[in-house]
Amino acid sequence: MESLPFFVMLPAILAATWRMATPLIYASIGELFTERTGVLNIGLEGIMLFGAFTAFAAVLFTDNLIIGIAAAILVGILLGLLFALFTVTIKANQIVVGVAFNLLGLGMTGFLFRALFVGTDNAVRTVPVLNIPVLSDLPIIGEIVFRQNLMVLATLILVPVASFLLYKVAFGLSVRSVGEHPKAADTVGIGVARTRYAGVIIGATLTAVAGAYLTIAHTNQFVEGITSGRGFIALAVVVFGRWRPKGVFWASILFGVFFALQLRLQAMPDLIIPYQALQMLPYVATIVALLSVRGKTHAPSALAVPYEP
Amino acid sequence: MDMKNDYEIILRMENMVKTFPGTVANRDVNLEVRKGEIHCLLGENGAGKTVLMSTLYGLFQPDSGQIIYKGEPVHFHSPKDAIQQNIGMVHQHFMLVPTMTVAENVILGQYEPWKVLNDMEQVSNKIREISEKFNLQIDPDAFVRDLSVGEQQRLELLKTLYHWVDLLILDEPTAVLTPQETEGLLRLLRELSEEGLTIIFITHKLEEVMQISDRVTVLRDGQDVATVNTADTSPEQLARLMVGRDVLMELPDRHGAVGDAVLSVKNLVVENERGLIAVDNLSFEVHEREVVGIAGVSGNGQTELALALAGLTPISSGEIYLDNQDATHVTPRQLSQNGFAHVPEDRHKMGIILPFTVSENFILHEFKDQPYAQHGLLKESIIEENSTRLVEKYDVRLASVDEPISSLSGGNQQKVVVARELNRNPRFLLVNQPTRGIDIGATEFVRQQILLQRDAGTAVLLISTELEEIFHLSDRILVMFEGKIVGEVPPDRGLIDEVGLMMAGKEVRV
Repeated sequence: MESLPFFVMLPAILAATWRMATPLIYASIGELFTERTGVLNIGLEGIMLFGAFTAFAAVLFTDNLIIGIAAAILVGILLGLLFALFTVTIKANQIVVGVAFNLLGLGMTGFLFRALFVGTDNAVRTVPVLNIPVLSDLPIIGEIVFRQNLMVLATLILVPVASFLLYKVAFGLSVRSVGEHPKAADTVGIGVARTRYAGVIIGATLTAVAGAYLTIAHTNQFVEGITSGRGFIALAVVVFGRWRPKGVFWASILFGVFFALQLRLQAMPDLIIPYQALQMLPYVATIVALLSVRGKTHAPSALAVPYEP
Repeated sequence: MDMKNDYEIILRMENMVKTFPGTVANRDVNLEVRKGEIHCLLGENGAGKTVLMSTLYGLFQPDSGQIIYKGEPVHFHSPKDAIQQNIGMVHQHFMLVPTMTVAENVILGQYEPWKVLNDMEQVSNKIREISEKFNLQIDPDAFVRDLSVGEQQRLELLKTLYHWVDLLILDEPTAVLTPQETEGLLRLLRELSEEGLTIIFITHKLEEVMQISDRVTVLRDGQDVATVNTADTSPEQLARLMVGRDVLMELPDRHGAVGDAVLSVKNLVVENERGLIAVDNLSFEVHEREVVGIAGVSGNGQTELALALAGLTPISSGEIYLDNQDATHVTPRQLSQNGFAHVPEDRHKMGIILPFTVSENFILHEFKDQPYAQHGLLKESIIEENSTRLVEKYDVRLASVDEPISSLSGGNQQKVVVARELNRNPRFLLVNQPTRGIDIGATEFVRQQILLQRDAGTAVLLISTELEEIFHLSDRILVMFEGKIVGEVPPDRGLIDEVGLMMAGKEVRV
């Protein structure tokens, strides 16, 4: 088959870019809030897997998408509470706790999946695609914007809401002060622990929803390890986006490009590069991104330091 | 005679007890403050003044005791409660968020979490009003990280005045101010007091107590020892109360003539962490048997100068000579081997290793060498002998040389650093803030040792933000401002005003 000229494929690539970026957007905006309060949660991969699995199982049993998303949100809140308990109250090492969450996520979801669902037909209902009569048929915009499922489109609301919360509301002021100078926040009566709990729970919840996206929107079933490192990429996205909602959105899109591109390039037979090299693309980009942001970073000054009053 | 017989008591703190792991910060402290007075809380570092006021302000919860404010018993669970009762506190270390603006810092913690911040315009205007009224110039839209230290101090004060306050607590507010800025602050406080505001002023500086307070309470070792009317007392009496014995106010005179130049600095340029020039084309010399004092408000390049001399930070340009040998790009180890001794400004970060024992801290320079090590193995008995000797010679108070140095008081930790450095009989001694955060006894001792070392032939460079200390110890005083030396004066106390002006950057003829 003749491969299509690139510019004809462009809308499809852009549409795919946004779809691939969506879980990163959810997770990185969540982690943005967590890190802005001064807590470093590297357990995103595990939390995302829990979200993915829970949403999948819930929809499989109830055939109801709302319950699926609600289940993922609930799991996110619980995991957030647990993470905050360990890192904010017990003041354990945040990296160690994050690693534990990753191992737990991988192990538990893998185990439960094999115990409960292997061998059965697991296709579930998925989040519907938006279908507006005239707009969806527009040439380029149609494919990129108006033929996406609702969770992808929701990212358009997520970013301004996050910005608003962080910069235009008193809560955002508390969040930022706790991450930069917790002692100063303490002396004006802001509860440092309380604010950090909030940040961690927001982060875990959004990350769980990112996982749900993978099994009930992007695809229609759960596979072991479906997250494929997206939780880690989200961490790089936060750094690359300089801890700001808009920056994080565009950084996610950039990584989405790499994911979308490597899929597309694999389908082109006349390429000499072996497809495994192309699969590496997003992960290599992660490393390059992190290296390029060294030196003066805009990280919250109190990041990963437990607060002792 | 007590003129104010009709005073009203606004605050009473009774039998306050507060302990932290390892120390009793406040043991049964009683304090009574009258409405409208300026009441000083005086004591050495570690006497318990900040802890007492932090407890009042709701930052700490007391172990026991009662606080009666405006006639009612109160219990503040957080600063928010204290602020609601119109109590304000200006902290010793600035409680400002550098990445936020002045206005944002002022309203921080004031609103409910869900309040939308759509009134920042009004906030800015109110800040400008208060700026005008109290002569505390500040730009509401500036980011705190771009403010000078003096401006940040003004912001701390402004934060409390933004709300209505009846009781204002200030914790060592003049630590980072020039003499002139201090004057301005004290004048402002007097004005506020005349308008009916009650002020509690924490300090360890006797001159300030005498200048500004109506009454003073002296704390020592966590207890209140006396409360007196300022008019009825004197600096000597207060010092005696602070320490519990007569304090040596004068230090020995110098004998022996100044010798050759040991340290020679030529056109030194050093950048700070942010890439800005902190030491700007500096040139000076320090000779044998001489103490050169560098005066200046902190943040004018002193830290970078010390680090550059000690080989701990790269030099952008210029030269340093130690005994006529090029020492511009050498390692700290090489400096140490060539007779360079350094008492750093932050003893916890750079002077000692907290989890190490006292013995180990004594031999940080030479643990690899004879006689402390042979064939790579440490010789315990020789190390211990060394420690015992130094502990005795430098009067270090401790339980055992094998305990971690973290269990020693600040003053004794500093004595260990001084002992270690001076024991090597250095050619050149760099001391940076040598008596910061230590008790009066240790302070006296350290200052004596510096002068004794000078008499033994060492060239000493003293960097200190305490003007009293500079005048006490130096043979020559250089004033540093924005990385340059703006003046040189002899240690004549009549020139303190001129020095103050130089510290603020004004050109002065001496």
